[in-house]
Amino acid sequence: MAHSEATLVASNSNLRHHFDDTAQQFESSTLGMWVFLVTEIMFFGGMFGAYTVYRQLYPDAFASTSRFMNVTIGAINTAVLICSSFTMVLAVRSAQLGKKKALILFLVATLILGCVFLGVKYTEYHEKWIDHHIPGPYFQYADSRYFHQAQILFFLYFAMTGMHAIHMIVGAGLLTTLIVMAARDRFSSAWYTPVEMIGLYWHFVDIVWIFLFPLLYLIGHTK
Amino acid sequence: MSTTLPFAQTETRVNYLNVEYGWKSWLFTTDHKRIALLYLFSITAFFFVGGAFAVGMRLNLLTPDGMFDHDTYNKLFTMHGVVMVFFFLVPSIPATLGNFLVPLMIGARDLAFPRINLLSWYLYIIGSIIALTAIVEGGVDTGWTFYAPFSSTYSNSNVIVSALGVFISGFSSILTGLNFIVTIHTMRAPGMTWNRLPLFVWGHYATSLIQVLGTPVIAITLVLLMLERLFHAGIFDPRVGGDPVLFQHLFWFYSHPAVYIMILPGMAVVSEIVCCFSRKGIFGYTFVAISSIAIAVLGFLVWGHHLFVAGQSLYASMMFSFLSFLVAIPSAIKVFNWTATIYRGSVTYETPMLYAFGFIGLFTMGGLTGLFLATMAVDVHVTDTYFVIAHFHYVMVGGMVMAYLGGIHFWFPKITGRMYPEGWARFAALVVFVGFNLTFFPQFLLGYQGMPRRYAHYPPEFQVLNVMSTAGASILALGYLLPMIYLTWSWRKGPLASQNPWNAKGLEWEQAATPPPTFNFDHQPVVTEPAYNYSGVEREVHLGS
Amino acid sequence: MNHHVVSTRLYTAVFIALLALTVTTVAVSKVELGELNLVVAMTIAVVKAMLVVMFFMDVRRASSLTKLFVIAGLFWMAIMLVFLVSDYVSRGWLPGPRWF
Repeated sequence: MAHSEATLVASNSNLRHHFDDTAQQFESSTLGMWVFLVTEIMFFGGMFGAYTVYRQLYPDAFASTSRFMNVTIGAINTAVLICSSFTMVLAVRSAQLGKKKALILFLVATLILGCVFLGVKYTEYHEKWIDHHIPGPYFQYADSRYFHQAQILFFLYFAMTGMHAIHMIVGAGLLTTLIVMAARDRFSSAWYTPVEMIGLYWHFVDIVWIFLFPLLYLIGHTK
Repeated sequence: MSTTLPFAQTETRVNYLNVEYGWKSWLFTTDHKRIALLYLFSITAFFFVGGAFAVGMRLNLLTPDGMFDHDTYNKLFTMHGVVMVFFFLVPSIPATLGNFLVPLMIGARDLAFPRINLLSWYLYIIGSIIALTAIVEGGVDTGWTFYAPFSSTYSNSNVIVSALGVFISGFSSILTGLNFIVTIHTMRAPGMTWNRLPLFVWGHYATSLIQVLGTPVIAITLVLLMLERLFHAGIFDPRVGGDPVLFQHLFWFYSHPAVYIMILPGMAVVSEIVCCFSRKGIFGYTFVAISSIAIAVLGFLVWGHHLFVAGQSLYASMMFSFLSFLVAIPSAIKVFNWTATIYRGSVTYETPMLYAFGFIGLFTMGGLTGLFLATMAVDVHVTDTYFVIAHFHYVMVGGMVMAYLGGIHFWFPKITGRMYPEGWARFAALVVFVGFNLTFFPQFLLGYQGMPRRYAHYPPEFQVLNVMSTAGASILALGYLLPMIYLTWSWRKGPLASQNPWNAKGLEWEQAATPPPTFNFDHQPVVTEPAYNYSGVEREVHLGS
Repeated sequence: MNHHVVSTRLYTAVFIALLALTVTTVAVSKVELGELNLVVAMTIAVVKAMLVVMFFMDVRRASSLTKLFVIAGLFWMAIMLVFLVSDYVSRGWLPGPRWF
């Protein structure tokens, strides 16, 4: 009895005054997060559009640049993100069940995996820096036939993966906030909305990478 | 008309304005009504900033060899466009009237995300300050459309700063739209079904869909532009294989639907005003509601009509031309329905109704000329001339701004608890109407005769019409200044308004006090009647002054 | 709040499937299939995305409104990509036969 009373009080203290009940509040939060994710789809979609256009215009230059995308590293990063989505979903499940320790454990695991991804990304970028493949005044490209087109394609590579990485960094920040909140007993099986919402965000960032990986690393690789 | 006021007299009652004083209570507010006022003041300020640039332009165009050189003039029209489009028109009605009224009209205590609402205002302010920085640092001269490769490669002006300002304020727009969508879906009062929603809410819902789906694309476009200016990779540079038309595609994918962000709320306001001052329910409620959604959806399919002469393929152009014709249909449906509402209504001509009439006529003209532009063969002749400028000013200024003024007047009593002086207001409305037409009708003629847009100097044969246009602009400016004066005065010193001075239908009038308390309603409203149930109300409106 | 808790077993199954599909897509990319490479890779990516959306983001049990917004978002991106690419694809087309 005391437990359910406590959760009742806990859930009501999380009820903001302009909502009628927690169900309405949860529905609003969920719809709000999904509307935000729709904006993110359009945001990344613009870059996918630009990328599609240039790939279609310069297929040979594209095939030439795809040699510099390390498939193994990309695949490892893909696996890392998939693992992080798995741990994230287990974190949400732990929150649902009111298991504080498990929640924190899985959130930390997700955060670590996210940082691994970013670390690997850093090494990739570093390699590009060494190869002078970063667009700008110091750009160099071995095959002079495709110098300009390669620079455009690398520009899009950095724009797309860079924007994705920024979203990952933001996600890492959000995860950290969740960990702190969880440690301070803010969540219970009656209310864990931020965990679920940030989970949705995290999965979305994973999905963006699920498309970036084949487009940037896999296609044209055999030529 | 005698009405028993169910609420205590305005002065003594606690409302959202007098519940708390001090700058902190305003800058940290989460009350959607206060945030609406924060927006109102900011947007008005930017309207006059944008207007100042217009004054510069029209003064320059008094003589064929104008007073400004080309570079300066380029900056004038660019800043006029950037400020007016991104910092006035896009936020205008949604951020002010929408923010204030949507929760009231659906019977909610606030928007779904009040803190995000405040954040959206702060993002607007940050974006606008950055844009002002660009202006102060010498401006930008690319045109508000930022076309590449001039903007990405050749321009020497503050492109990155301006683009950054627009980019940040775009998030303000996205968050407002997100808030409205969620609020309208989840926070309607009991009995407020979709079929009973005021058309103002339908219009804002459709607008919010566009804001949420379109704005991210211009965000990424501006990011690519800013990165290109920094790294010069050549993504839009034809010398190295980049495609400037790609920029135009990405830019207009948002910017065309953006014009529907601007006009749909205006149409939403007109629906409310027309019903109230005809004492009639809207003719064809469902058609008007669905038309709002149709405009929002179809509006995303027509952006290529800005690229007819840019090198877009003939087949894509044909498709876009056809779709542009289609998008005119729901707008026309609305005009027919408003007209049918007014027909055989009990019409009175208070200021809001004058603005509504102005909207209907001028928007129709602007919309029809849009069809000329959608016709490829005609567009080849008039594109990039003053014909285009006249077209969009008819819909934006003759349409949107008049609707905005009409809405401000209509809901002024609700927002402030006071009445404005009807005589001055009607006079100002007429001044606006006359000034507007004198400014922009000659521009149709100029454009058709071939005067190009964005030119600082022009051939002497165009001078008469240009002088006429500038004369009209000065009258229009007076028309805008007058409300600034009397509305400000009325807020402080105007007569107290009764609970429902227009005897209008709608939860905001009937169930929320004038002005409303912070949480809008004393008791949870329950809706039992359809929208605009004017047949149940007495016929006339008495203002008493 | 969300009535029914999903089993760890189901999540694990989806997780394994995602990893397996990643391995598959890498393996297929090493085989020269010409145009099909892109089609296969994109198809696998779509399947992976669907798994994440339906199971990890729980859309299969979500309200119709949520599903509508997911579909709308994807549809809108599709509009942008299709109309955009259609311009470039059709630029080289010669005028069609005259039928009037």
